[in-house]
Amino acid sequence: MTTMPGRPHTIVTGVIGADTHIVGNRILSMALEKAGFKVVALGALTPAPEFVKAAVETAADAILVSSLYGQGELDCRGFRELCIEAGLEKILLYVGGNLIVGKHPWPDVEKIFLDMGFDRAAAPGTRAETVIDWLNRDFAAREQGLQRAEK
Amino acid sequence: MSAALLIDFGSTYTKLRAVDLDRRALIGTAQGPSTVQTDVNVGMRAALDALRAKVGALPVFRYRLASSSAAGGLRMVTVGLVKELTAEAARRAALGAGAKLVGSFAYRLTSADLESIQRLAPDILLLAGGTDGGNTEVVVHNAAALAASSLACPIVYAGNRGAVDDVRRYLAGKPLSVCENVMPEFNVLNIEPARAAIREIFIQRIVHAKGIDRAANEFDAVLMPTPAAVMEGARLLADGHGGIAGLGELVVVDPGGATTDVHSVATGAPASPAVVQRGLPEPRVKRTVEGDLGMRHNATTIAEVATVEAIARDAGVSGDEASAWVARLAGDVEHLPANATEKAMDDALARAAVRIAMRRHCGTTQVVHTVHGPVTAQEGKDLTNVRALVGTGGVFAHGDDPRALLAAGLARAEEPDSLRPRAPRLLVDRHYVLYACGLLAQAEPAAALEFARAHLADVTQEEAHERTAHA
Repeated sequence: MTTMPGRPHTIVTGVIGADTHIVGNRILSMALEKAGFKVVALGALTPAPEFVKAAVETAADAILVSSLYGQGELDCRGFRELCIEAGLEKILLYVGGNLIVGKHPWPDVEKIFLDMGFDRAAAPGTRAETVIDWLNRDFAAREQGLQRAEK
Repeated sequence: MSAALLIDFGSTYTKLRAVDLDRRALIGTAQGPSTVQTDVNVGMRAALDALRAKVGALPVFRYRLASSSAAGGLRMVTVGLVKELTAEAARRAALGAGAKLVGSFAYRLTSADLESIQRLAPDILLLAGGTDGGNTEVVVHNAAALAASSLACPIVYAGNRGAVDDVRRYLAGKPLSVCENVMPEFNVLNIEPARAAIREIFIQRIVHAKGIDRAANEFDAVLMPTPAAVMEGARLLADGHGGIAGLGELVVVDPGGATTDVHSVATGAPASPAVVQRGLPEPRVKRTVEGDLGMRHNATTIAEVATVEAIARDAGVSGDEASAWVARLAGDVEHLPANATEKAMDDALARAAVRIAMRRHCGTTQVVHTVHGPVTAQEGKDLTNVRALVGTGGVFAHGDDPRALLAAGLARAEEPDSLRPRAPRLLVDRHYVLYACGLLAQAEPAAALEFARAHLADVTQEEAHERTAHA
């Protein structure tokens, strides 16, 4: 997953599973584009394998998965394994939204998704600027041979 | 009189259609054997003699245009990256160019893949992979693998623009043409440039390689593979030309001995904005080929897919009789129905082929249950509202009940998820003029359109009569 000089980082976005909440994902995609990323927006109702196929074909550097209807844990299970299967072992994976139904402390929720192999999980209310900042720092860390930045 | 001769160098016959351009009328039709394997001139002369025997001295033809599906047709292999993405886009480009797809490959070509490609010995190979700016590794790997193979056919490169230099370097020793990416952006289909490149190679090289140009004294040009001519005819018929109206969105079904082809000229967009479209975008002019639905060479697979019981029920015979008929066809593909029972079984087989081919060509809907309630998702084209369904090919020309055969391709109440045409005009190409229309469209589109419109038989009303009769 080497990035040619001058080529913008390519990011696949979409809403996973049987989830139709597209608005937040669309706002994020627009903000990413404005920040200079190349965005491949898959939209709502996207099955996990479609994220991976799109990432293979476009040689994406990151996949940003949105889930807003509380079924994120079920939908995202095995996502990293799918990427490994497709030869994208190292691809940067973020997940964000209302990931789990009911009241759970965020650190518990975050741990579930980090354990699944996501590099970062964004709590409800996370701003697009924060995500862009994570991406910039993580891509910079990659130049140093790291999987992601410290925090 | 100004006249045109339209020639189809087919796999079995050399077919001729002579058209009076002033009156938009058919002067005559004739056929000779297909003799491409030995000397194409023999069949061509026999066909011309047959035409003279029917209509007398032939006029001086202003145009003599040909298509060809002889010598195995335009045999192509496609290679892409992800099976559902660039590999599928490459398949659609090849089918849209009128090719016979003999192999499709995805991801990195293995040594076994290369062996089978060399064994398939295609006329043209289409290499795609990666969106522009996307993955280059796989398509460059595949170019290098093809470079090292013994494959000598022309290669069309329609993959990631960022890999063009590497691909050119690797494939320097092979006949290579480079065109725009079949999928420049994720999920954006761009198959026209690849189609044009394939057509160009067909004219420049394949016509010669197949020995068809030995009859060059008898024609001005071989313009395209025959399936592409049928597709061009369908396109003109749907869209019209200049001030002459077309029929509107339509579907053409062509059941043949070895395959059943379906062409649609329609956007196929969801009928309601509430329906979500899924999957690769659909080309407005789309051709699908069902290699397992041939009336003769694949009668066995038609029976497998449709079930022998269903064919027996449709034909009004016993299951054993239907099984025996299918087995007989498998053993003797030249066999023609000899009595009323065999005819009924043959008709039922044709209806099954049309029904299944139409079901595969047309899109489907599926209800996805979300927390906000059910959402309808559509895959493929919604062809429920097309204006016309046209039947072409031998079964329509010679069959007793072409209306029933066409009706087999329509929507059915018991399969609401299949987006097949609901109430189109039913038109039958009794004189096999659609390919001729597609060829003539390249020179005189207005004449081609009016000629085709005048020679398609409208059988929609026959349905009404029959309904009354049966009521």
